[in-house]
Amino acid sequence: MSALAETGQKGEVVLAARNVAKSYGNVHALKGVNFDIHRGQVTTLFGENGAGKSTLMKILSGVVQPTSGEIVLDGEAIAFASSSQARDRGISIIHQELSLAPNMNVRDNIFMGREIMTATGVDFAEEERQTRLLMEELEEDIDPLTPVEDLRLGQQQIVEIARALSVNSRILIMDEPTSALSASEVDVLFKVIRDLTNRGVSIVYISHHLEEALQITNHAVVLRDGTMTAYAERKDIDLEWIVRHMVGDNFDLGSPPSGYDKGDVALSIEGLTVPDPGGADYSVVDGLSLSVRAGEIVCIYGLMGAGRTELLETVAGRLKPSSGSVKLKGRDVTGQSIAACIRDGLVLVPEDRQRDGLVQTMTVGRNLSLASLGAFTRGLFTSAARELDLVGDAIRKVHIKTDGGAAPIGSLSGGNQQKVVIGKMLATNPEVILLDEPSRGIDIGAKAEVFKLLAERAKQGLAVVYTTSEVGECLSIAHRIIVMRRGRISAEFGPDVTKEQIMAASGEAVHAH
Amino acid sequence: MSVTPAIDTKAAANGSKRKKSLVELLFEGRAFFALIAIVVVFSLMSPNYFTVSNFLIMASHVAIFGLLAIGMLLVILNGGIDLSVGSTLGLAGVVAGFLMQGVVLPQLGVILYPSVWVVVILTCLLGAVVGAVNGVLIAYLRVPAFVATLGVLYVARGIALLMTNGLTYNNLGGRPELGNTGFDWLGFNRLGGIPIGVIVLLVFAVVCHILLTRTAFGRWLYASGGNERAAELSGVPVRRVKITVYVLSGICAAVAGLVLSSQLTSAGPTAGMTYELTAIAAVVIGGAALTGGRGTVIGTMLGAFVIGFLSDGLVIIGVSAYWQTVFTGAVIVTAVLLNSIKYARR
Repeated sequence: MSALAETGQKGEVVLAARNVAKSYGNVHALKGVNFDIHRGQVTTLFGENGAGKSTLMKILSGVVQPTSGEIVLDGEAIAFASSSQARDRGISIIHQELSLAPNMNVRDNIFMGREIMTATGVDFAEEERQTRLLMEELEEDIDPLTPVEDLRLGQQQIVEIARALSVNSRILIMDEPTSALSASEVDVLFKVIRDLTNRGVSIVYISHHLEEALQITNHAVVLRDGTMTAYAERKDIDLEWIVRHMVGDNFDLGSPPSGYDKGDVALSIEGLTVPDPGGADYSVVDGLSLSVRAGEIVCIYGLMGAGRTELLETVAGRLKPSSGSVKLKGRDVTGQSIAACIRDGLVLVPEDRQRDGLVQTMTVGRNLSLASLGAFTRGLFTSAARELDLVGDAIRKVHIKTDGGAAPIGSLSGGNQQKVVIGKMLATNPEVILLDEPSRGIDIGAKAEVFKLLAERAKQGLAVVYTTSEVGECLSIAHRIIVMRRGRISAEFGPDVTKEQIMAASGEAVHAH
Repeated sequence: MSVTPAIDTKAAANGSKRKKSLVELLFEGRAFFALIAIVVVFSLMSPNYFTVSNFLIMASHVAIFGLLAIGMLLVILNGGIDLSVGSTLGLAGVVAGFLMQGVVLPQLGVILYPSVWVVVILTCLLGAVVGAVNGVLIAYLRVPAFVATLGVLYVARGIALLMTNGLTYNNLGGRPELGNTGFDWLGFNRLGGIPIGVIVLLVFAVVCHILLTRTAFGRWLYASGGNERAAELSGVPVRRVKITVYVLSGICAAVAGLVLSSQLTSAGPTAGMTYELTAIAAVVIGGAALTGGRGTVIGTMLGAFVIGFLSDGLVIIGVSAYWQTVFTGAVIVTAVLLNSIKYARR
């Protein structure tokens, strides 16, 4: 594809932000940011939620215009009025949420909105030919006529990239491209990124997954509260440097709580087997046994598809096991309904808080009280006063930053929304709490708060089981680390394990750092 | 990562501190102000409009739509739709008429004449059964609500036509010697000057309002309509809630059918055709979101009165029936437009 052949020196500055600031009313999302994007190299933006990464992305891709400052493309100051203008100048963005039509095939998705027309209609043959070429370029064996819904998420990401390339992008902005990918798909993506940079395409990369981003990036830009706190080349920095600049000072996610006696076994899982919900003939959880004592914190690590979510959902009553048992304090609760599990003190904080955790049409307070309606219902009627007490209590205990229980749930930041989901379940006074990826999509400060909260509750006798796909989060508050692989426990470690040991047990290739 | 939540918090904080502007106030109470505007305009145009007797007549018309709309509100809050209410209304009227004619039991060689109360209870049960069919189809057999209730719409209407062979029961008065008089009480009698139908509507509205605002069921309904998966994971029995709302909607439709056939002193198999659409319109004008989770009884009642007072007003000032349809349509579209502006701002 000749369009990708770039002229010009590799490494020279193609796009630069000069004193870019953006205000929404009184809120200063960006306060004068300066940085360069180099030809044929990867520049990664690091920053917590709310640091201004998304705003910066939107400015670079022409979605919003800066309040002051300018964007310099090829040495020329430019102002984009829309994202299509930016695209015409070769800047494309791949959003975190894929914007493909799942019901249409790869070819039609790639040429959506700019179909190749002839006098008699769309030239499907030509579109197909070009799609095939693009797929060859990306070394991905995807037929142009496959419906997008039949592709794996990683392949869909590739289609999204192909679409960006098909408009001759010189600068490709990728917002959290790996958040839904498995480790092997990440490898494919990184290979594609390397190919692209070799051809002179410049990449702007955003990720919460710091270690991963470090593998691919050439330059690092760190944002905090709308200001750029650091800018360096990859060879001069390490993980600790990024985290330090992201959060201000050294941050750790805590250590296993100690100084108290753990109680009896609170949760005991024996030989649990769960068939694939999609109907495939293998078991997503395969004869798994695990017991957790009151006051103990267990971390379950595993890759996508290791069966972590299915395990937790089965224990909490959402999925039905084909064999095996779940006992809560010695009482069999296998196959109980979710409501019955909650009543008995076994609760689940789901992975996807937007889809499974929150009711967006309700207020913060009503979300918090949803799982404990019985606690403030007398006879037929709910008691507003008792509910207010319960909600106030939850907001205080879980440290939710909100205007109060009556605030709409959408007014909270991601971290605080997550605390609402956790607070809702803690309000039921559980014996055992299962948390599926409690740190997903929240910034490192909120992560630390969530872990601290869990550690505190464990000291009071709560049994905590959480899953994670970030190794760093295993080595925090957990007393025990379980590694899951293909529905089984492949290893069990104490808190003194190394990251490499955990990753090896999960089947993940250990990348050389 | 986004900066918008921070802005929203800020805006919300400002909003709660200062007083609401006139525009916002007008916007929030738009159904109420629309109703007032309708009353004022028609009162100026016709001297007959602003009289107690006219309001009572209009209110008893509204009672029919209002009852359907209350049931519809529950279904819409759940994120569903019930297209079968008009047919259920018609079927309920026909069944009530059938029961009033006496039930022949050939095996025993007797004709049973159930008293009016028995007829009312049996008809409500019928409505509940129709609703339960909808509910089971939707909650357990996973038929989309639109399709399931569309099917039931046809089936119920068909049964009503089959039962009467397309004819209408004109004799609903009963006979004193059989002890089944009093069916006209619902449609014609008044308590303290207010038609019974309107009182029935008020009772249903109050009960439903309490159900939604003060009971766990109400909370379950708002939660499962807003996000069914989250509600389920919070221990809400989402399927039971779903079936219940369709059952309640069916009962509301049956009661509306009783009131209507009592008002008309006849029960025809084609009664209530397209009423489901009027009921949906009332709910939407009342500010409810068709996606579920948002809506109130007060809003829905205002919506029902807006539609009823508007169309009766157009009749009184002599606008043709064709124009009435156009006006009603315009009001519905405007209401939905305002709703989408409101929810988009969140």
